[in-house]
Amino acid sequence: MTRLLARELRLSLRHGGDTLAALLFFLLVAMLFPLAIGPAPETLGRIAPGIIWVAALLAALLPLDRLLAADLEDGSLDLLLLSGLHPATLAAGKAIAHWLVTGLPLLLAATPLAIMLRMPEAAIPALLLGLLGGTLALSLLGTAAAALVLGARRGGVLMPLLILPLAAPVLIFGAAAADAASADLSPRPHLLLLAAFLAFTLPTSLAAAAAGIRGAAEG
Amino acid sequence: MLQAEGLAALRGERLVFERLSFAVPAGGALLLVGPNGSGKSTLLRLLAGLLRPDAGRLTWGGADAFADPQEHAARTAYLGHLDAIKPGLTAAENLRFWGTPSAVAEALAAVDLTRLADLPARMLSAGQKRRLAIARLPLARAALWLLDEPTLGLDAKAVGRFGELLAGHRAGGGIVIAATHLPLPLPGAAELALA
Repeated sequence: MTRLLARELRLSLRHGGDTLAALLFFLLVAMLFPLAIGPAPETLGRIAPGIIWVAALLAALLPLDRLLAADLEDGSLDLLLLSGLHPATLAAGKAIAHWLVTGLPLLLAATPLAIMLRMPEAAIPALLLGLLGGTLALSLLGTAAAALVLGARRGGVLMPLLILPLAAPVLIFGAAAADAASADLSPRPHLLLLAAFLAFTLPTSLAAAAAGIRGAAEG
Repeated sequence: MLQAEGLAALRGERLVFERLSFAVPAGGALLLVGPNGSGKSTLLRLLAGLLRPDAGRLTWGGADAFADPQEHAARTAYLGHLDAIKPGLTAAENLRFWGTPSAVAEALAAVDLTRLADLPARMLSAGQKRRLAIARLPLARAALWLLDEPTLGLDAKAVGRFGELLAGHRAGGGIVIAATHLPLPLPGAAELALA
């Protein structure tokens, strides 16, 4: 498992452009909103949590296209399956790697972005806590979707269609937590619901991803 | 000892082969021969556990080989027709997942790639990439080697070195099953013809 993670991180570092692309996409999408809506602080501060959440969701989708497909095309996936790792362990390693190179940078970039969009400072911890759980859930869902469309033609188009409806609860609870904190309410119930969703996603996504990977090898 | 009894495989609606039975003792070798599309690669993927047999059974030392898929995977090293080389990583980094740095250096020496260890794999020629893929076999420390056209693109010298690897593996009780159209350095190998 550590060797798998080391392999994934080494590959991501070597292809730094792909890794950076998701982060830049996140920042650019969020910057488009002030340009489109206007820089009035009260309007921007009001919708900032929603902007950050939608941008993070879309940015997390970007690297999924290559997450498993690259390994299927060059034959590495067969070898990973034969390395003695359970397919679910393999999927967990891929999901953790996706979070480390996409979710974590988004989390770090969210604070400066929130300040730029004039989000109330008191709401930032709730936004970050929500994003922490949310990006983890997105990495898991994304790995499952990437595994399920493996080997399908135009899988890259199919994947967002598969993930976005499943990711809706993440978006709803995460944005609601940050919204509640902005309005001086407790974000706790929303964060707990998000945590419950994450707890549900963990085993189901890994099982689905394992089935997808095995199916692709049999393809 | 690996033993197959009445193996059959379907790809889609098509029957690729059926009633295949053979046995390979420890230290033995089996060559799969037959025209293109006769199911050599399918049989190798099936023996690796990547495909499920549609009929028949495979035993390893008398016990069902697929009873524990992870255990079967751990005793299997598979060299497919794809090299599974990441062009952005160096030759040595490509092998890092499969072994410690000292084992990787040893495996690179066995295929005569020590000089190119720190070169990005995208700079390697087709034959050198094949040799890099072959270097994974000894790293896997697996008893069963499944090889799909292993010497494709190799020069005579590299085939000779590959022969030494195969002989060493068999001397240690390992089994080699290879699909090929080219002569392989596998003395005393049995042949299985697929129609």
